[in-house]
Amino acid sequence: MAYDKFNILTSSAVPLPIENVDTDQIIPARFLKATERKGFGDNLFRDWRYNSDDTPKEQFVLNNPIYSGKILVGGKNFGSGSSREHAAWAVYDYGFRCVVSSFFADIFRGNCLNIGVLPVQVSPEFLDKIFKAIEADPKTELEINLPEQKITILATGEHESFDINDYKKGNMLNGFDDIDYLLNIQKDIEKYAESTPL
Amino acid sequence: MSKTLFDKVWDSHVVKHIENGPDVLFIDRHLVHEVTSPVAFLGLKNRGIKVLYPERTFATADHNTPTRNQHLPVKDPLSANQLRALEENANAHNIPYWGLGHKKNGIVHVIGPENGITVPGATIVCGDSHTSTHGAFGAIAFGIGTSEVEMVLSTQCIMQPKPKSLRINVNGELSEAVTPKDVALFIISKLSTSGATGYFAEYAGDVFKNMSMEGRMTVCNLSIEMGARGGMIAPDETTFEYIKGREYTPKGKGWDAAMEYWNTLYSDDGAEFDKEVTFDASEIEPMITFGTNPGMGIGISKDIPLAESIDGSPATYKKSLEYMDYNEGEAMVGKPIDFVFLGSCTNGRIEDFRAFASIIKGRKKADNVTAWLVPGSHKVEEAIKEEGILNILTEAGFELREPGCSACLAMNDDKIPAGKYAVSTSNRNFEGRQGPGARTLLASPLVAAAAAVTGKVTDPRVLMQEEVLA
Repeated sequence: MAYDKFNILTSSAVPLPIENVDTDQIIPARFLKATERKGFGDNLFRDWRYNSDDTPKEQFVLNNPIYSGKILVGGKNFGSGSSREHAAWAVYDYGFRCVVSSFFADIFRGNCLNIGVLPVQVSPEFLDKIFKAIEADPKTELEINLPEQKITILATGEHESFDINDYKKGNMLNGFDDIDYLLNIQKDIEKYAESTPL
Repeated sequence: MSKTLFDKVWDSHVVKHIENGPDVLFIDRHLVHEVTSPVAFLGLKNRGIKVLYPERTFATADHNTPTRNQHLPVKDPLSANQLRALEENANAHNIPYWGLGHKKNGIVHVIGPENGITVPGATIVCGDSHTSTHGAFGAIAFGIGTSEVEMVLSTQCIMQPKPKSLRINVNGELSEAVTPKDVALFIISKLSTSGATGYFAEYAGDVFKNMSMEGRMTVCNLSIEMGARGGMIAPDETTFEYIKGREYTPKGKGWDAAMEYWNTLYSDDGAEFDKEVTFDASEIEPMITFGTNPGMGIGISKDIPLAESIDGSPATYKKSLEYMDYNEGEAMVGKPIDFVFLGSCTNGRIEDFRAFASIIKGRKKADNVTAWLVPGSHKVEEAIKEEGILNILTEAGFELREPGCSACLAMNDDKIPAGKYAVSTSNRNFEGRQGPGARTLLASPLVAAAAAVTGKVTDPRVLMQEEVLA
């Protein structure tokens, strides 16, 4: 599915300074029963966000109105665990377009890139600076500049560059997906398949 | 040039390399289940395209299915809808579908190898992170997201940057009661849940050479829990012996041709790995986890580590112990438990049931324990009956359920209640993984059996010793 183009995103951010945030926290398995991709944002961080009687847990960051924005900032090893793309869908559907962490689990990172959520990996030191900046001012803004591959804390001007391969960068900038690319080289694929026994 | 096993299989599947981008990798076999596929099929429908190679695609129902009364209609309407969607999609695209009640039905990573779909040197994907299981056969196998499921359905390819290589050597002989699950939990406890992220692992050394295929599957299954996309073991006689004659493995001349290729599948002498770690088998004892990720495991005789002694954030560590209602420095042995779960793609194969039965034979299930024993497939279930294991289970007060993923991820009714402790042979002890508020202690089938008959965390070696004395 083609997705929104990503260029420069300037937004306040929601901090989640916990390490090893796994996909079962991002979206518990019992909410994976849909056959369409909609409504997953309601269950993002379900068990951290709501009590068992569905009342909100006041202390959880998504329930704290002073934090908002299109950027989620998580601790090290964000997205570990399952391959469920529903985790990335939930992040997107809630309204985030970028996740910042000092380390991402592999499959989650790929899933984000495939649906138009930009994973931005920064150094542990820079992550710490972001958390401190948000702590000092919850409305502080980050600028995510994809063309320049640069993330900036606007209040202080502190910045760092981040990695993304040229192919995926092009896809994000243009809103292309991999299937468009693969369908265009189907002849090559068919030729390969002929040479490969089942 | 010397190549690793991984290089050999990966490089031979690259259809196209994109400069400063991913490789276009051809996928030999695609396994599909009900949870991560419906949106992918919807994508195909929206694009107006069909599955390119249905003969390379296999579908089963496992994640969402009940483990009792499978002959009756599925009660949960959402689950029933998802199962119906898979059946319709499979039929519309001419994909073999092994749904509930089908004799080949079971957990996707159990039935792949069982039916010979999994072969050495193949590329295998599935919308499930434990697809790494199939690496036990010397295949490159890894879990993918739904966008990628759609890619493979529509083009039989996936776009992936080539991961870095990691070799994990475990040499020497395993001690008594140390199973493949313990080996894997030990490695994860040393590397952490992110220690192998960005890498594809190869397991090498005496321990894996001497391991059964079931054991190798358990080890490769857990590769993802140290962050690796997958893990593989070079195929050998044990591998060929296991796959020969299975339904989908090549026969006759096809077999001979395949063997010629399979015999080339090993890491050459001098092949370079980006990272290499080596462990001594004698260091490993039966393992158990005490926290909320699979890296938080210790030898069963050890105490829960002090916060000051661990790598990583003390706040995250303390949050984890709080969830478990454990304190640093406490012993694990003797901790009361409420549930035992034997099953999953990690430990739901016949060898796991044999191990469980070896401990409970002649004993009784503890009154305070609810036990869910769930075979990985109907074929495993049949073997349990044929080998007389069912009688042992029944005599000890246990009941056997029907196959499926069950309490491993608790999508069906098999949910551990909030606050309760489960010794589980599955793969993840994340908060709420086995049910909202559930507390999971990951362990081997032997440790699970020892807990099931004593009602608390028990070192299986103690029970085995009792047997010797008796």
